[in-house]
Amino acid sequence: MTDAGGPDGPARVAVTDAAAELLARLRRRHGELMFHQSGGCCDGSSPMCYPAGDFLTSDADVHLGDLALSDGEDLFTVPVWMSRAQFEYWSHTHLTIDVVPGRGAGFSVEAPEGVRFLIRSRMLTDAELTALGR
Amino acid sequence: MTVYTAPGQPGSIVEYRSRYDHWIGGEYVPPASGEYFENPTPVTGQTFCEVARGNAEDVERALDAAHGAAPAWGRTSVTERANILNAIADRIEANVEKIAVAESWENGKAVRETLGADIPLAVDHFRYFAGAIRAQEGSISEIDGDTIAYHFHEPLGVVGQIIPWNFPILMAVWKLAPALAAGNAVVLKPAEQTPASILYLMDIIGDLLPPGVVNVVNGFGVEAGKPLASSSRIRKIAFTGETTTGRLIMQYASANIIPVTLELGGKSPNVFFSDVASAQDDFYDKALEGFTMFAFNQGEVCTCPSRALIQSDIYDQFLGDALKRTEAAVQGNPLDTETMIGAQASNDQLEKILSYIDIGQAEGAKVLTGGQRADLGGDLSGGFYVQPTIFEGKNSMRIFQEEIFGPVVSVTDFADYDDAIKIANDTLYGLGAGVWTRNGTTAYRAGRDIEAGRVWTNCYHAYPAAAAFGGYKGSGVGRENHKMMLDHYQQTKNLLVSYSGVRDGFF
Repeated sequence: MTDAGGPDGPARVAVTDAAAELLARLRRRHGELMFHQSGGCCDGSSPMCYPAGDFLTSDADVHLGDLALSDGEDLFTVPVWMSRAQFEYWSHTHLTIDVVPGRGAGFSVEAPEGVRFLIRSRMLTDAELTALGR
Repeated sequence: MTVYTAPGQPGSIVEYRSRYDHWIGGEYVPPASGEYFENPTPVTGQTFCEVARGNAEDVERALDAAHGAAPAWGRTSVTERANILNAIADRIEANVEKIAVAESWENGKAVRETLGADIPLAVDHFRYFAGAIRAQEGSISEIDGDTIAYHFHEPLGVVGQIIPWNFPILMAVWKLAPALAAGNAVVLKPAEQTPASILYLMDIIGDLLPPGVVNVVNGFGVEAGKPLASSSRIRKIAFTGETTTGRLIMQYASANIIPVTLELGGKSPNVFFSDVASAQDDFYDKALEGFTMFAFNQGEVCTCPSRALIQSDIYDQFLGDALKRTEAAVQGNPLDTETMIGAQASNDQLEKILSYIDIGQAEGAKVLTGGQRADLGGDLSGGFYVQPTIFEGKNSMRIFQEEIFGPVVSVTDFADYDDAIKIANDTLYGLGAGVWTRNGTTAYRAGRDIEAGRVWTNCYHAYPAAAAFGGYKGSGVGRENHKMMLDHYQQTKNLLVSYSGVRDGFF
């Protein structure tokens, strides 16, 4: 598992090895990538993966962190975003992006691979929350 | 009691094709790429047909067909269009059982619901919009004695519609009926989880419509949905789904300056005031059923009453009775008419629900019943079943704030009216809500104070045509299920006419 923490403090997001491997493969096909965590409805409450810049983020969003990944020697990052309003309800949890077999939807790029990104969550510890200023 | 034979087995009333192409221009057209994807039934997890994997080229072909059909279709008389919608309704009604079993097999939902709700509602929806378009009138404004403004309704032309998987046929009909009534041609993209049942329906009703008026392109969102939503050749896009995709669709629509309607889900509060328990009568029984509605359609409903708020002084009693009612719900083979809770629509849906059950427990919420995947044995072991689950916790927890889209309800208590409204409105969403009370004033006030587009009052999960349905806040834009939806599919043409022979005098 790769955590997106760094000098600025503990991470809010991480990615499993299986999801990291899938991201490297998807990047070869689609170029640089980004995540926006969705809320609501059928395919919602799921991390949506898009070609970088395809989804326009704004002041209405929070940048949760950058997943630092590699494809062989090739290092790359995938930023993870969430709407600010949704973050208010999620800010006490740490998120790990995983992948499961399934039939994606929305316009997330992994769907044709027969898999689906999935968020796994744990509570941030008191120490982590303090370090994150919450 | 009836247990329907699974489609594909000898004696089944449903025969799915083994392969579905796109439905374009009134006929099946193979996908440009030549590729197909497998379509499993969530009942057993086994593939039962394959479906065309559409791409931008297929979407263009469908748009060609729609643009070819739209001008003539838009000029048909409202009588003619209404007659066709009524003929579609009659044809569906004559085939309710087959269509209900087909949809149950593809989606995993209990056939008692498709027989009793989904398909009869689809029939009624076509009839409602057949009537609505016949009765629609333009307007005239008399500006002054010589100047008249005439307002005509005109179709938009070609529209795009992206359909969710939770009610594959009814959600398609909610969008198709008003669009067709208003005289538009449609390119429709079903969900990739449920691509076949709408084509099963087209096999039954397709001949009633002129070729090209309805076109169905299947495929993955990124490959087929995105080219449709971002096309400069549609005059409107309608979408039911989740918030991030909803924003993306608005973004694409902004590039083409076209209107959108969005239905983006919710986290609906179901509020039970003390007086509900003042007698152990039919109404109390109805309220308990209202609580248990969280498991309707396996919880895969945008308006799932997934937050139950119970007034403190009846909390223990009401929740105790609600637990018993929930535990009495029959989970089983979706094709058995006795089954109340069927399968979740897909494996990833199952995984997501289980991940929420994990986070709920990590946050300190208590599982009062359920909380696990259900193994129903035999062929059903490969299917996607979750036990109906009741959590007890606080409204700040993520299981109270996020749409799980499974048979999971999160329960908390409230002290008084103001507390109830505060908790009910402490959410990003505002699609549905339920209010249960014997007091008419409380019912009215709560209904008005809750920020949601639909407040069921002493009922829940009814979806009749003629009752406007749509969201406040993050739950979307626009209304379905009501004649006002015709406006979402029409332009207003104004002729401003002067009958004066005298110049204005400016020049």
